[in-house]
Amino acid sequence: MNVIEVSNLTKRYGDRVAVDGVSFGVEQGEIFAILGPNGAGKTTTVESISGLRTPDGGSISVLGLDPRRDRDELREVLGVQLQDSELPAKLKVREALDLYAAFYRTPANPDALLEGLGLVEKRDTQYRKLSGGQKQRLSVALALVGNPKVAILDELTTGLDPQARRDTWQLIEDVRGRGVTVVLVTHFMEEAERLADRIAIIDQGRLIALDTPAGIIARVNDEQRLRFRPSAPLDDDLLTALPEVRSVSHSGPVVTVTGSGNLLGAVTGVLARQEIVAFDLRIDQAGLDEAFVALTGRTLDTDTNGAAA
Amino acid sequence: MNAHALAAMTRTETRLFLREPLIWGAAVILPTAVLVILGAIFGNTPDPQFGGYGFLTLFTPSLVVITLATLTVNTFTSRMGTYREQGVLRRLSTTPVRPATLLAAQLAINIVTAFIAVAILIGVAYVAFGVPLPQAPLAFAVALGVGAAALFGLALLIAAVVPTAAAANAVGLPVFFAVMFFGGVYLPQWLLPDFLNKIGEFIPPGVHGILDAWLGAPLQLAPLIVMGVITVVAGAVAARTFRWE
Repeated sequence: MNVIEVSNLTKRYGDRVAVDGVSFGVEQGEIFAILGPNGAGKTTTVESISGLRTPDGGSISVLGLDPRRDRDELREVLGVQLQDSELPAKLKVREALDLYAAFYRTPANPDALLEGLGLVEKRDTQYRKLSGGQKQRLSVALALVGNPKVAILDELTTGLDPQARRDTWQLIEDVRGRGVTVVLVTHFMEEAERLADRIAIIDQGRLIALDTPAGIIARVNDEQRLRFRPSAPLDDDLLTALPEVRSVSHSGPVVTVTGSGNLLGAVTGVLARQEIVAFDLRIDQAGLDEAFVALTGRTLDTDTNGAAA
Repeated sequence: MNAHALAAMTRTETRLFLREPLIWGAAVILPTAVLVILGAIFGNTPDPQFGGYGFLTLFTPSLVVITLATLTVNTFTSRMGTYREQGVLRRLSTTPVRPATLLAAQLAINIVTAFIAVAILIGVAYVAFGVPLPQAPLAFAVALGVGAAALFGLALLIAAVVPTAAAANAVGLPVFFAVMFFGGVYLPQWLLPDFLNKIGEFIPPGVHGILDAWLGAPLQLAPLIVMGVITVVAGAVAARTFRWE
């Protein structure tokens, strides 16, 4: 059963199209990652799901609710952790939880949340004195204090050191363990690969892939790339005639062949018949990183301005 | 509005307010401190030049203006600017709570603080310097209430849209200084030219009306109406334009 249905979502800011006809469904109980470079439209997408922005087109349903029309009802069942949202500097951890618990009809037990998120010792610490990781944990606690059925966590680990990031990953798995459906927005490949049941890759406002991490990798893995230096000049037509081969290109003495299926076997078979030896033969095996490059034509994690949008 | 949420918000905002001694000090302690210093220097001897009143008696209403101006177009606006800048409001907007809950909690805290500050001021002025208690208590309450409401309306208008604490101060401080000036805080009213005093009657919180009620003279209706209109218009515009982020 899908708890979130997004169909044909479109959002413009002036002339700029931030989200361009995105559709996907999030299943009950899964960790669903929305992955993409900064400015791809990830945050706009989840803000529309949260009812914080009004889409220009398309429809959204969360647990059968319309985020704009059923705003109040949605807020009772949707926990949202936004990037760049802080708490008053002198507010203490426990006070923050008590305050947010008072907003909901059936809140979680703040003590149990503090315990579960390892914040018991910090309960009387003011927000400004917390570390980055502690602030993020408190932020997750606030997203969970209303006992939501769905939690949206936006760029949760941006700015954290590797240890804090790993701790946060454990935390997200624990959240799902409570039966909460998690929508995770990230621009870290590793994070999506490690945590997500399914990944939606968004680039320049468009959904370009939606699959399990293994499925996305396999899809591009199919698009293999062979590089070698032939011992004698090679007639391209011999290779392009193969059904496995998609393209052949030359860069100086190096030949690059892309294709699918048993590409290696087919190409080396041709080379053997021509009595050509392939020097420096390399096969590029795709991971999620390569998959992303193959799908979008560029790499992730190329922060130009540090501002994730 | 959810009463439970309002109670929790008021409790939390009160704690945060009490953790800012510079803010409540400026609103509660400063006016009385100025009173004591001026009283110690000049005393409050009746003076025919001031219609038979002491200097302090005529100046105390301006000290009330310090409290009201500080709590509204200064500290409240900058707090809301800070909240918007840091995403505190944005975070709240993801919960079932309404913006009005935060504003109502702030209003309650500022009313109580103003009440305490004015009570201390009146008490010390009366006991230490023989400044009479407000002679027309009901009119005094009306003048104070209408004036404070108009200031809070202006503060809400500023708080509704300023994106940052710096922006809140950039807009709020000129208003703050104007309110203080026309409130006779920098220069006593009797040193200001007549036309400025005439304008000052209509500038919230209407220090002349507060003084009239204090001395037992009848209230002028026109300034009260003007300030009532300011309250309603500013409040309505603020309610329409208030942004969480």
